[in-house]
Amino acid sequence: MKKKTLLIIITIFVLFCFVVLLKGLSNSNTYVPDTKVGKQLLSFKAKKLFNNEEVISDELFFENKIYLLNIWASWCVPCRTEHPNLMQLSSNPSIRIIGLNYKDDLTNAKKFINQMGNPYSEIIIDKDGTISIDLGAYGIPETFIIDKNKKVLKKFVGPINDQSLKEIESLLK
Amino acid sequence: MFFSQLGYYSLIFGLILSFVLIPIACKDLKIINNLISPNIFIIISLQLFTVLLSFISLIVSFINSDFSNETVYNNSHTTKPLFYKISGTWGNHEGSLLLCLLVLILFIFIFLLTSKKEPKKYQIFTLLFQQIIIVGFFLFLLIVSNPFNYLLPIPVEGLGLNPILQDPILAIHPPILYLGYIGSSIIFSSSLAAITQNYVDNKWAKNLKNWVIISWVFLTIGIMLGSIWAYYELGWGGFWFWDPVENISLMPWLCLTALIHSIIVLEKRSLLASWTLILSIASFTLSMCGTFLVRSGILNSVHTFANDPKRGIFILIFLFVLILGSLFIFFTLYKPKIEEQKNFLFSKETSILLNNWFMMYFLSVVLIGTVYPIFLEVIANEKISVGPPFYNKLLIPFLIPFLIFMTIGPNTKWIKDNFKLINLRLILLFIISIFLSYLILSKTGSRGLFTTVLIGSSLYLLFITVKDFFIKNQINLSQKISHFGFSLLILSIIINGIFSSEVITNIKVGEKYNFKHGSIYFEKINSFKEKNYMSVVGTFKIKDRNNKEIYLKPELRIFNQPIMITSEADIKTSFYSDKFLVMNLVKGNEFYNIRYQTKPFMIWIWLSTILLVIGGLVNFLNKERK
Repeated sequence: MKKKTLLIIITIFVLFCFVVLLKGLSNSNTYVPDTKVGKQLLSFKAKKLFNNEEVISDELFFENKIYLLNIWASWCVPCRTEHPNLMQLSSNPSIRIIGLNYKDDLTNAKKFINQMGNPYSEIIIDKDGTISIDLGAYGIPETFIIDKNKKVLKKFVGPINDQSLKEIESLLK
Repeated sequence: MFFSQLGYYSLIFGLILSFVLIPIACKDLKIINNLISPNIFIIISLQLFTVLLSFISLIVSFINSDFSNETVYNNSHTTKPLFYKISGTWGNHEGSLLLCLLVLILFIFIFLLTSKKEPKKYQIFTLLFQQIIIVGFFLFLLIVSNPFNYLLPIPVEGLGLNPILQDPILAIHPPILYLGYIGSSIIFSSSLAAITQNYVDNKWAKNLKNWVIISWVFLTIGIMLGSIWAYYELGWGGFWFWDPVENISLMPWLCLTALIHSIIVLEKRSLLASWTLILSIASFTLSMCGTFLVRSGILNSVHTFANDPKRGIFILIFLFVLILGSLFIFFTLYKPKIEEQKNFLFSKETSILLNNWFMMYFLSVVLIGTVYPIFLEVIANEKISVGPPFYNKLLIPFLIPFLIFMTIGPNTKWIKDNFKLINLRLILLFIISIFLSYLILSKTGSRGLFTTVLIGSSLYLLFITVKDFFIKNQINLSQKISHFGFSLLILSIIINGIFSSEVITNIKVGEKYNFKHGSIYFEKINSFKEKNYMSVVGTFKIKDRNNKEIYLKPELRIFNQPIMITSEADIKTSFYSDKFLVMNLVKGNEFYNIRYQTKPFMIWIWLSTILLVIGGLVNFLNKERK
């Protein structure tokens, strides 16, 4: 009898732990070190993808708009999944998207854009990956939201999904 | 591509074999003879072969940098050295689970080979319980963590292994730790089997003890390697951070430590049977809890793998099925057949029981500290993090009685001891220890009654364990080595904790920084191009209080895939202390942030842990020889 009561009490306790942990799972969050958020965007020099012309970053972010700096590559699988979302964002007139092509084969990169569409107002290339290092990126795809004063508002690590789309849209208000 | 398919299909075949094996084993239960059916051996060997084949296929995919495999794509890169390509196989979620599955099957295979003298039904039930765990792992792999997922179009380059993980120690740390964790699965299965067969006696204890020691030895080595890695690689200058995942490995360790002691009592005196069973079940459940907490992403820590809520739910359900199932078996089927024997206040049994209670206390503190933040967040929606002060406050005061008690316990005899409470020599030794501790502390300028007693009691334990080596009987050699190792470990940790010193400053090339006991001069900085990273090495000249000069050369590694900067500390190790220097970049600035630490008795922490392990191994080898 005593054993049975003990078993029941322990079972109830174990089930309680189960429910708490199950709820805890939906709360789980990944840790994103936001090194550059809130700081001024560093200026850099780069070449354009389509005409190989050299450009400095100040010339890219000159309009009075919200900029998205998206780091991508043709070989990057998650970049493919986020591409339709970027296409959708590009139709918004108050946004400009700059693509930073990371360590890519340039023919493949052009093919990628021709196949999937071009959401970028300008694409620059980062052949050796140094610009991305300076920007504080640590993987691709990664997207920086840059405001009118060239301040980094936020950065998204990983592909832009529906959740991040909503966040970007809320930043535009 | 071929190897991915081979791996995938042999994994499925392995799962089918489990479903073939279970009914055959059940049928064999009804056949009355002493040997288990040879068919069972054939099937389990075949299962071992299929999973081994699957694992080798994954290794080959990693070596070939076959990026059509998603796991390889996410965790490897063509520029990575071969050694790290191979270790990348188990450096990720999917591959490590496949390794766990392999070890699960390997261990039950070894168990069946080495337990032929045990009762047949006990063997088959152990096999059945183990197969339940194995099926769980198979399903987990195939449904939510398939290591052989396809990618099309095939990427030309992989996303690289986390550069922090490119370290020789870390390449072997996970598999050794898994051997420890998974070793406890055999303890779990055979305890449940022993309950169903009413076989919980000294004969069973003798058979199981080997497995307990093996798991404990692997777990100890695994934890030590993890600490060594954290010390050398993470650049935080410590070896234990009370990080949730470290705690998770500590919990089964405490459990297994208590279990080793209990199972000796069960073997020699047929006592503490319930303790042994509960600890056996708890060791494996705590290991599985660890898997849940790490792999579900419910906790944030250096160890967090890419997380997917589906995985979390799967492990959680599996874990609770195991817990509830084993509780049910324990409460309904376990009949304690051994009559409680009379206990004496001073006997080995009583001291081991006390030891168990201490272990359980330490275990609960660690457990509460680890899961409390999760519970609080869910129930009260409040975020807190539990750090070292919590553990220090709750654990250290209990160390003093524990250490003193450890000097008495091992010297008592079984059943009854005419232990003299007033033993002048021992009391004198204790007073000398306290006095020595006082001298050490006052010489270094730090004092305090509490620290004096703490260091005093660990010194006392050290003296007693050394003294024990000179007592003639060598029966308990393994215990003596382990206890000596443990006392040395505690002493080194305490001294290290109290006397470590640290200097943090920002400094540029050509500058000199003076601190209380010396100075640091930043001589120069060089950079080199390595195969898959850029290396920046600083040269620092450090003078200590005796004007002795040493050079330390910490390094920064800038990896390109993924982009990540890691700091490699430069450490000069000596018998008395470690000098540790690490530097970090201050962004957009010519200054470097440096941290210089002196850490006394650092090497003794590793040496004493090795002694602990040797103690366990001696016990194991002695028995094998007999």
